[in-house]
Amino acid sequence: MKRSRNLFIPLVLALTVIATWVAPSWGTAPANKTVILATTTSTQDSGLLDVLLPVFKKQTGYFVKTISVGSGQAIAMGKKGEADVLLVHSPDDEEKLVEEGYAINRTLVMHNDFIVAGPAGDPAKIRGVKTSTAAFQRIAQSRALFVSRGDKSGTHAKELKIWKGADINPEGKTWYQQTGLGMGETLNVASEKNGYTLADRGTYVALHKKKRLAMEILLEGEPLLLNIYHVMVVNPAKWPKVNLAGAQAFADFLVSNQAQDIIGQFGKDRYGSALFFPDAEKDAKSLGL
Amino acid sequence: MDLIYEGFVKAFQLLFTLDSEVIEVTLLSLKVSGLATLISLFIGVSIGAVIALSSFPGKRILISLVNTGMGLPPVVVGLFVSIFLWRNGPLGFLGLLYTPTSMIIAQAIIATPIVMGITIAGMQNLPVTLQLQILALGATRLQMVWFLIKEARLALMAGVIAGFGGVISEVGASIMVGGNVKGYSRVLTTATVMETSRGNFDIAIALSVILLLLAYSINYLLTFIQQRERPR
Repeated sequence: MKRSRNLFIPLVLALTVIATWVAPSWGTAPANKTVILATTTSTQDSGLLDVLLPVFKKQTGYFVKTISVGSGQAIAMGKKGEADVLLVHSPDDEEKLVEEGYAINRTLVMHNDFIVAGPAGDPAKIRGVKTSTAAFQRIAQSRALFVSRGDKSGTHAKELKIWKGADINPEGKTWYQQTGLGMGETLNVASEKNGYTLADRGTYVALHKKKRLAMEILLEGEPLLLNIYHVMVVNPAKWPKVNLAGAQAFADFLVSNQAQDIIGQFGKDRYGSALFFPDAEKDAKSLGL
Repeated sequence: MDLIYEGFVKAFQLLFTLDSEVIEVTLLSLKVSGLATLISLFIGVSIGAVIALSSFPGKRILISLVNTGMGLPPVVVGLFVSIFLWRNGPLGFLGLLYTPTSMIIAQAIIATPIVMGITIAGMQNLPVTLQLQILALGATRLQMVWFLIKEARLALMAGVIAGFGGVISEVGASIMVGGNVKGYSRVLTTATVMETSRGNFDIAIALSVILLLLAYSINYLLTFIQQRERPR
């Protein structure tokens, strides 16, 4: 009897030690000092938030919980009141969200642009084509593989807009594959399968720098390919649990001189060029949309 | 192949330079999964013992349900726990979503059927006459159950090992209910997913190596306890 009792004692002891050790971290920061930020994968995968959030925390004491998902899901979280503040890049959906009263104080933060990337061999011959619409038509005609996010993200919304403009419905075509994953993963898939894809420049540059992508930028610089990020606060009138003060503090921080400087400088040291261009107090229309 | 080599080098760099972020992530993995396993041990063994030792109509149906639960997909658990814990959801007043606590809850739900299923199998494997012998020697019913639990300890430890293995390696539930928040709810598996999508494959491999080392050390400890107690 005595010997077998030895069995559970060390185990329970060990696990109890773990239990007491974990206990202090149970109590979370006071709710009003926590801000839930729902954002797109590109702001997290590029590493921009890792630079911005510690500065914000130091300034205001707010702890930001970043939930990094596609813009579609981020907007859905805002609509359900499960986030306090949104940083997303899907302008059409954002305007709808504001119109419906789910979000307030929508403010322009920054932009970069989308690029069409594909294999260096360029089987659909889109290099030199002027517009993304024409390029997409060539991809469809040559039935070259196109890898889509397929996740209702801002990038996916932009891609669908271009297909629509090209008067093509790629859904269900054998040459059109949807990953349902983030930008980084989708670029990896496109690179592995020699496919074309639409990507935001930030994620593309960051990934390409690591020399793992067998892809090149084949089309860029078209006004339609602008990628614009707005911040907005979830409307506390719809969802009383929203941390309005914290959310507004974060939105204000993003357009402050300090954050805008960080955004403008971000990536220059590592990638040789900035990944985002600060746009506070500009009008989205002035960007050439 | 270079990449894997680089990954291993990176793993040892991160481990031996005691990179504070990696250490933090590793400790959180251990805390969350260790505590989830502890909870599943208590719930799984107690209910498992009751099911194994009693007979009632529908016992087979119940056991097959528990056995199905052993394969409960973490993402399904993650989805349902999220829906319940949403701040505008039924348990929203607890304010638990995107905290380590919610990850412990989700992982305990994943591990409990595993521990329970193996407990049931282990205790049903004991000779039926054993119960009668113990009772004949004057033990109370509770003492008998405790004795049988100890008698089935090899199987119970196997259950704990399987449960811990199931939760330390899962990513679906942790990322959904924990949110992979830096310095707060980021564990080894969710960090690996994130670093992969960032294209930092060397760090991702390094984190995998650390995860495997952690799993091995814990399992070595558990197996050591299990085997030391083997009846000679």
